Amino acid sequence: MVQPDLLYSKEHEWVRIEGDRATIGITDYAQESLGDIVYVELPKTGKAVEQFGNIGVVESVKAVSDLFTPISGEVLEVNAALDADPAAVNRDPYGDGWLVKLKLKDASETKNLLSARDYEKLVTA
Amino acid sequence: MNETLRRTALYDEHRRLGAKMVEFGGFEMPVQYAGILKEHDAVRKRAGLFDLSHMGQFRMRGENVATWADTMTINGVATMKLMQARYNIFCNEQGGAHDDTIFYRLPEERWLLVVNASNATKMWSLLQRHPGSVRLENRHGEDALIAVQGPRSVSMLQPHADADLAAMKYYTCVETEIEGIPTIVARTGYTGEDGFEIFVDGAFASNIWNALLRAHARDGLEPCGLGARDVLRLEAGMPLYGHELTEEITPVQAGQSWALKLSKPAFTGRDVLAQQAERDDYARIAGIVMNGRAPAREGYPVFLGDRRVGEVRSGSFAPSVDGGKNIATVLVERDAATIGAVLAVEIRGARHEAGVVALPFYKRSQ
Repeated sequence: MVQPDLLYSKEHEWVRIEGDRATIGITDYAQESLGDIVYVELPKTGKAVEQFGNIGVVESVKAVSDLFTPISGEVLEVNAALDADPAAVNRDPYGDGWLVKLKLKDASETKNLLSARDYEKLVTA
Repeated sequence: MNETLRRTALYDEHRRLGAKMVEFGGFEMPVQYAGILKEHDAVRKRAGLFDLSHMGQFRMRGENVATWADTMTINGVATMKLMQARYNIFCNEQGGAHDDTIFYRLPEERWLLVVNASNATKMWSLLQRHPGSVRLENRHGEDALIAVQGPRSVSMLQPHADADLAAMKYYTCVETEIEGIPTIVARTGYTGEDGFEIFVDGAFASNIWNALLRAHARDGLEPCGLGARDVLRLEAGMPLYGHELTEEITPVQAGQSWALKLSKPAFTGRDVLAQQAERDDYARIAGIVMNGRAPAREGYPVFLGDRRVGEVRSGSFAPSVDGGKNIATVLVERDAATIGAVLAVEIRGARHEAGVVALPFYKRSQ
């Protein structure tokens, strides 16, 4: 399942841009590949992150997977509810399972991301 | 996926059930179907169905099998009763483990030996090289192995079997028909639950697999992959070759001294193991429970105070431990393996506290 109104990275993260704010998470394809998610490690509020840089990990029962930010910015908020309920990333990867909110640094970076249609092609190839 | 990978007799069933397939021991195996946590839950509360046909199965025959095998193994073989199953470990000259296995003693001087998939080639050549008049037959990949594991495995398997399964003791086996197909059924497993392992000619494996799923999927029999199996065995404190036992890690270090029979005639590795057990100064496998939510993973360094004392050998989220904790086995120096000791696991550069606990992490209630 791919959401039409989002942008995507080749590393299977999504970003929703609203004004100068960006919300990021991992895609349905990513959560499905990982399996049951048991732990999420996210950056500290205030941290500056660079597009495609490593900002944490998402761990399933079997695997540790690096998390990369699809866009640059300053961390405004992380999804603290995932501490107690990491499975929300499996249940609702585009909603309750969001990971990080950023203050955008450079909106033009979206040119390096995939549209929903192109991302869908990538995961169904 | 690599085209040289072997497939078990149940490969098409796994595909049909939507399993996620991975390479394991040279075979393309299901790692999960519905999800590791759901499958794990089925085995703890109801029952799970596993394809373990990747495991090596060797048939041995002759009046000398027991004395021959006793010279290569740490546990007794000749002392086994008819239709008994027994855990045993083959060691090298330094006491390290070639493999951990199960022997099954069948009628008419026939024996079944089950070895790990990853060690099947090594073990087959070890057996062939070992002098003795024993007839060996390699059934690896020919015979299938299906496990039914969980508290409801007797009630689910019984309607399909001729033998009285409830009357079987743990670690015994019987030659019986399942769905009219000749099999060996053993009350053994690798999950910490009651259960059975069914040895059958690969040609008939799907008949049994499908009959069981058809009859019991509605009552909660769940096909389970290697992912759930690994969590279940770790919770149950059972070693996995390549992790808690290796050519370098001895059975004594791995906490398997209960299987070491120093009173039996000489066997490979005996003196080294006897000395190691006597000195009691060796690094050993211990169980830890993480205090926090970050999982410990294989290879992560382990500290006691500022001193590095070892590393993680297996680690996982464990749903059956204290409502859901991260657990791990660690190979650590003796003083760090004391029950109650507080250790730290280094995870991505940060130290996370963990407490040493007695193994197993999980014990079934009955």
